[in-house]
Amino acid sequence: MIYLRDRGQDVVDILLDRIQGLGRGTLAAVSRLGRANVFLLEVFAGLSGMLTRPGLLIKQLFSVGVQTLIIIVVAGLFVGMVMALQAYYALVDFGAEDSLSVMVVLSLLRELGPVITALLFAGRAGSALTAEIGLMKATEQLSGMEMMAVNPIERVIAPRFLAGMISMPLLAAIFSAVGVMGGYLVAVELLGLDAGAFWSQAQAKVELFEDLGNGMIKSLVFGFVVSWIAVFEGYDCIPTSEGLGQATTRTVVYGSLAILVLDFVLTALMFGK
Amino acid sequence: MNTRTLELLVGLFVAAGLVALFMLAMTASNLASYGGDDGYVIKAHFDNIGGLKVRSPVAASGVRIGRVTDISYDLEGFEAIVSMSIDPQYNSFPVDSSASILTSGLLGEQYIGLEPGAEEEFLVAGSVIDITQSALVLEQIIGQFLYSKADEE
Amino acid sequence: MSETLIKIRGLKFSRGGRVIFDNVDMDIPRTGITAIMGPSGTGKTTLLKLIGGQLRPDAGTIEVDGQNIHQLKTKDLYALRKRMGMLFQSGALLTDLSVFENVAYPIREHTKLNERMVRQLVLLKLNAVGLRGAMDLSPAELSGGMARRVAMARAIALDPMMIMYDEPFTGQDPISMGVLVKLIKSLNDALNVCSIVVSHDVYETMSIANYVYIISAGTVVEHGSPDEIRNSHSEWTRQFMEGLADGPVPFHFDAPPLLDDLFAGSGTRRG
Repeated sequence: MIYLRDRGQDVVDILLDRIQGLGRGTLAAVSRLGRANVFLLEVFAGLSGMLTRPGLLIKQLFSVGVQTLIIIVVAGLFVGMVMALQAYYALVDFGAEDSLSVMVVLSLLRELGPVITALLFAGRAGSALTAEIGLMKATEQLSGMEMMAVNPIERVIAPRFLAGMISMPLLAAIFSAVGVMGGYLVAVELLGLDAGAFWSQAQAKVELFEDLGNGMIKSLVFGFVVSWIAVFEGYDCIPTSEGLGQATTRTVVYGSLAILVLDFVLTALMFGK
Repeated sequence: MNTRTLELLVGLFVAAGLVALFMLAMTASNLASYGGDDGYVIKAHFDNIGGLKVRSPVAASGVRIGRVTDISYDLEGFEAIVSMSIDPQYNSFPVDSSASILTSGLLGEQYIGLEPGAEEEFLVAGSVIDITQSALVLEQIIGQFLYSKADEE
Repeated sequence: MSETLIKIRGLKFSRGGRVIFDNVDMDIPRTGITAIMGPSGTGKTTLLKLIGGQLRPDAGTIEVDGQNIHQLKTKDLYALRKRMGMLFQSGALLTDLSVFENVAYPIREHTKLNERMVRQLVLLKLNAVGLRGAMDLSPAELSGGMARRVAMARAIALDPMMIMYDEPFTGQDPISMGVLVKLIKSLNDALNVCSIVVSHDVYETMSIANYVYIISAGTVVEHGSPDEIRNSHSEWTRQFMEGLADGPVPFHFDAPPLLDDLFAGSGTRRG
């Protein structure tokens, strides 16, 4: 009897604990979101102060952009090649393999270019940004700057954020261009399609603003969001080795999810008229 | 790494990005066809334009000579009015040329085919093509086919 | 000019529901070395961050050089911080800059001196801490003690009115400990500034301090000159100074009697 009453009490306890946990989690999430927004405003304010130091931006463009380039080029090449193969097998049944280039180019410009680049960017550059900023926080470098009357948001965060935003569209363009070349290699050299038809079909069907332009807008938005998440997670992390690892993981997870969700929203807005 | 190498590499990276963008714009999209907007615009009336769209090509004997610039609906004649811009070098089409809406391939896109006539006068900006043939609509063709079969029996 | 540089009144601060400071009053003089001692986890570092304006108290005021630091606008706060030097426990050197550039950093940020002047200044500061020869090294190549000395050179780069040392002796071998003790003393005497040393290394700190505050459990337990502290009758102070295992600070973390716990059955206690 006593045993049973204890069990009931335990279940109620556990239930209450769970509900309390839910409430605590919600409050924490809302306050994080608030902090992230305030932080973004501070970063914007810091951007102006950065204009006097272009060297800081160059350095970050190197570590964010140049060091991500190789993975982007390799991925772009193979994605383009696979797309061409898949498109060929799908289209050859209808005798429409001339449209292969259209399929490859359109999917690269509209979707694969911006999205895969952004995912790779979040994994490569985003996580590195978070880890770097988090480490600077853990080793008190950010505090040290503050005590030297230097605003770390202006000197550390803003250049990294801006470099991410500039690099993303460039990387996406490179990804798509290399992908088109990969598609060309497979279609023309491997499958023996006509080179002229490849280009003319693409030129006839691909719209400069609607396809290329919108793809670039997507990559700008992704660059903005991923850079924001990456620098915020680094700046907001718990300054221990465990906290740092969690923050880096969060950058990749939240970044990737944000990219995929935003991709849907943007696609619906852009092409769904 | 010294500053010079760093700046050089970043410069190369930015240049590569811009070149990639340029290449996509030039070779894989229709930027090239944006250029010649100095063509002359002629109009044609159609009963049905099928799947014709703005920016669809205009071709003569399969050669692209211009593109559709505007599609509107005329409430008085209950017809579609298609405006098309013809590239300036193709300036000697007779006024009695005919325009038809054709399909490239079985399932391809639709375009306007221009068939030259025999008059001495040429089409100029603002001319209207009188002889047109509408798009073939699959349902209508099948319908006609079925009726003619029914008539035969 | 008042004799007191930093005036703390009724300071209250808590973090995550834990009270760290409760009604702390302190007066830190404009010159000389003031030591702030106490066991680990009493928020000594937090106190420095409060003085530097990096944290905000729940109640109470901190006046630095007559200015209430938590009511200053950002611009004024930064102007005041330019006159503060702070030495973090880890040194907090910027890892992507060389030793030279680290010391030059505050000079470059806050002055428009030409390159020759910057170089001369940096060499002088590095020479003062005995590390002029290490100026081309990167922070990763320095030992912990050397990193702290570079950070010291950086902290005095702009000739501040006060220098805060956060646990300067922790984890040092006897030689570099001796070097740091001597440096803190000689820098303080040479620059005639206010030095605040936060530490729990009793012997080293007492040897150079002019005045000592001992804090525990969020309040000032005792303060006075090193001699007064040594001759203190407070049991707590004696335990801390002599490092006794048991005393007012119990050996056992708060717990019910052992027997009760052993027979309480399985599982952990729930609060």
